Amino acid sequence: MSEDAITHTGSPAPSTGRALMLLALAVGLIALPFLVQALGQPALVPLATRVLIYAIAAASLNLALGFGGMVSFGHAAFFGVGGYVVGILYRTYVDDGLFLGLIPGTSQLLITLPAAILIGGLLALTIGALCLRTSGVQFIMITLAFAQMLFFLFVSLKAYGGDDGMTIRRRNELFGLNTRDDITFYFICLTVAALVFLALWRIIGSRFGMVLAGIRQNERRMAAIGIAPYRYKLAAFVISGMGTGLAGALMANYLRFVSPDMLHWTKSGELMIMVILGGVGTLLGPLFGAAALVILETVLTSWTEHWQLILGPILLLVVLFTQGGLNGLFNRLGIGRSER
Amino acid sequence: MQNRKSVCLGLMLAAAVALPALAQQAPVKIGMVTTLSGPGGYLGQDIRDAFKLAIDMNGGKLGGAPVELVVEDDALKPGQGKQIAEKMLKTDGIKIMTGIVFSNVAGATVPDIVDAGALYVSPNAAPSNFAGKECNENYFVVSWQNDSLHESAGQHATNLGYKKAFILAPNYQAGKDALAGFKRLFKGEIVGEVYTRLDQTDFAPEMAQIRSANPDVVFQFHPGGLGIAFLRQYQQAGLLGKTPMVLAEPSLDATTLKAVGDAALGLSVTAHWNTDFDNASNKAFVEAFTKAYNRVPTYYASQGYDTALAIASALKATGGKADVPALRKALAKADFQSVRGAFKFGPNQHPVQDWYALKVEKGADGTPVLKTSGKVLSNHSDAYAKDCKL
Amino acid sequence: MTLVLEQLLNGLQFGVMLFLLAAGLTLIFGIMGVINLAHGSLYMVGAYAAAFAAAQTGSVIIAILAGLAAAALVGMAMELFVLRRLYARDHLDQVLATFALILIFNQSVTLLFGRQPLFVSVPPALNGSVELLPGLTYPIYRLIIIAVGLLVALGLYLLINRTRIGMLVRAGATHREMVRALGVDIRLLYTAVFGLGALLAGLAGLMAGPILAVQVGMGEQILIMTFVVVVIGGVGSIRGAFFGALLVGLVDTVLRAFLPGLLRQVMTGSEADALGAGLASMGIYMLMAVVLLVRPKGLFPANV
Repeated sequence: MSEDAITHTGSPAPSTGRALMLLALAVGLIALPFLVQALGQPALVPLATRVLIYAIAAASLNLALGFGGMVSFGHAAFFGVGGYVVGILYRTYVDDGLFLGLIPGTSQLLITLPAAILIGGLLALTIGALCLRTSGVQFIMITLAFAQMLFFLFVSLKAYGGDDGMTIRRRNELFGLNTRDDITFYFICLTVAALVFLALWRIIGSRFGMVLAGIRQNERRMAAIGIAPYRYKLAAFVISGMGTGLAGALMANYLRFVSPDMLHWTKSGELMIMVILGGVGTLLGPLFGAAALVILETVLTSWTEHWQLILGPILLLVVLFTQGGLNGLFNRLGIGRSER
Repeated sequence: MQNRKSVCLGLMLAAAVALPALAQQAPVKIGMVTTLSGPGGYLGQDIRDAFKLAIDMNGGKLGGAPVELVVEDDALKPGQGKQIAEKMLKTDGIKIMTGIVFSNVAGATVPDIVDAGALYVSPNAAPSNFAGKECNENYFVVSWQNDSLHESAGQHATNLGYKKAFILAPNYQAGKDALAGFKRLFKGEIVGEVYTRLDQTDFAPEMAQIRSANPDVVFQFHPGGLGIAFLRQYQQAGLLGKTPMVLAEPSLDATTLKAVGDAALGLSVTAHWNTDFDNASNKAFVEAFTKAYNRVPTYYASQGYDTALAIASALKATGGKADVPALRKALAKADFQSVRGAFKFGPNQHPVQDWYALKVEKGADGTPVLKTSGKVLSNHSDAYAKDCKL
Repeated sequence: MTLVLEQLLNGLQFGVMLFLLAAGLTLIFGIMGVINLAHGSLYMVGAYAAAFAAAQTGSVIIAILAGLAAAALVGMAMELFVLRRLYARDHLDQVLATFALILIFNQSVTLLFGRQPLFVSVPPALNGSVELLPGLTYPIYRLIIIAVGLLVALGLYLLINRTRIGMLVRAGATHREMVRALGVDIRLLYTAVFGLGALLAGLAGLMAGPILAVQVGMGEQILIMTFVVVVIGGVGSIRGAFFGALLVGLVDTVLRAFLPGLLRQVMTGSEADALGAGLASMGIYMLMAVVLLVRPKGLFPANV
């Protein structure tokens, strides 16, 4: 990841090459469900849905990790809590009760998603406010610590299934659409993902994004010109948490299930790997990274039970021989824009 | 000219492929989503190996129908299990699914399978929520309902006349269910109740607590590697031989027994199956399994085998057709020789079966083995069956 | 009272075990700036090699040597072929690479030894308990672990503070470029330090074998705990790793042992047990959060 990569990513006027690539990507994503149906591979639609959801989470993490220089090893906390927002609201709705004696349940996607964003943001505000007092390796570990605390909390919460998790019998509703239908749900996720990526693009290109990049490159210099790095970093961390919470809520809907598995530290690691694999600090990198990891795992598990023995070396080769992940690789192969 | 030639060639090829397929019935595909990687991998391996064994023993057929077993590793990730199931159901058109080891994978995967109109026959995990109100006509459990494992241990401790029990389990849902199940049928007093941590490997503090509470009996639920660590440390703390222990089969299966060795001698275990059960089906199974895989089958293996037999009975009734309503009807009759002896499904399609007491003793070659010593519960069902309206 | 003493001994023993792992990790962290997620795999390698050698030969000595040698060799190979290329990269690339190594190690062990956990027994001579105080008996094997751990700590202290290698290590931790500029073969030093760290992880693994379960994934179970120790103690500091490990071992043990009992004074039994267990699980993470909030560089930062 070179420093100029950051500044260019956010440039408001994309080159024609890049615009063409984006257009191709958009057309491809919209046509995908119909294409795979025609090819007789309907199970690829849910797979693509999973990729999109992870892409939202990874792109949100990338805002903190790649653009803000905050290596969070605890983003599973936001992902899982976003999922539990959906789960708990649904359970409360089914039981016709009140959560904490105050909040009625719901199964409306238009309420559960904003709720997950809100809770994710609040959680990130709390965790970020404390964790940002440290930096470097300590920051990595303290974010992990908070995520682990939440993991153990949800494991011991018997009311919400504990370690076994809770089943959400029906997906959340949206405008009377049949969300249970794979293609419908795919397009819901695609819309949300498009909005998230658009928002991230705007954020990165804004003054806020510039300041954030400046802090990442040289915190002391930014402080010297009168910018308080802490507030900017915290804001980025909160936005990152909101996006990840949103992804968690979609994942809970997709799986129709939440469990502490979503909060485990390995999930934080997986999200991080998607970002690194795709390309740290690039806008679309996390999408490629999520797609690569999810698809590789799926293909390899269907191929052999010793899939880890193939996935491991592939990841290793990617780190050792590509700089800047898949996005960097594409760039060097001359696909898309030239930024280096 | 060229074109016509290739069309001809294509037709011939197609015919060559299609003819043998027509001549012999297309195999019925059975999908198995199971855990093969990580510490819990040996559970899935035993289930898969035993299931395969049942197919191999019948010349690649179950119930007279040729079958093809498709196995994939869920890596103990609910999301991955669901993804695999989606592919098996939608792309491969599989109608019979089985294999899930852990309750959390089942929680994410089973609703999809049964909603898609396919049959799920569980060889292991059977969480309580699918046994009661949420039971489903397409969902069968061949193993047991989770609680039964520990209820039998509670009954056994009562039968043995123990008055004061110290009970331990990891602090997660299955652990809590285990302690609740034990307490349901244990008539004595609980002098200590400890929840250990899920990722805990050192049990020294708990050993000290047990010693200071001085109970008549210890009941603990620690599956797999946790159980190995617990039993070794129980012996090293000098508690083995002083304070008796009663446990359910997940805490001491044939594999963990081998890893624990002498530290397990004298323990009381309750189980629904053991290698020494004296029935023809079991003898054939144990002999074939030991020969094929060169290891003692665990009870997970017995469940995998029984699951295959159950599916075989259903396929036999439908004449090898993967017709779900017909399969379902045939399966509910449980018309197969279970390796555990008597077996039938209750109203929630979970087993109604007997539970036995086992004792760990020195075997013929000096290594510890599980010996059956008597019956603990007869025709035992589960507490959730009454909530199931099928 | 004896119960309290016994629990403190348990905490000490657990702490010592964590120290063996944390010492290597903190050296690698501090000196080479590498986050090595695969450190737990070296622990697993040590345990498997020792268990396998013990089963084949029946000799305790050979088992110990096999465990140590396997872990050290695998560790040095890991440094030579993978990590050496990553020193100049940022932490993220190291995380991805060492995560990939975990996958490779776990699956290789599965292929070589199968999925079934291995059998390991305590050496017969060490099997049993001694009465330390009236009413306080303690397993000999655990006492040996405490002794070995303390000896290693002393040895490392002498190595770091009294020898030329130690001087280079200390210098390397704080002024890496300067050491290189002075003409020291830093690559050899790195490989040696990595080998030493791996050796200690292997030692922890082979000693844990008879107590815990030797199985795939055993490394990841303890890895996170080890990172907690390293960070609490202060990255790169052996002294920090030692005190951090003892602190974490004691806090964890004491919370687990006594918290439910204390809570039972104020609430009903089963609720107290569940809550106590939950809080005890979170205990060390809370400890870490508090330590880092008060002293962001850990208790004994290396660079001061």
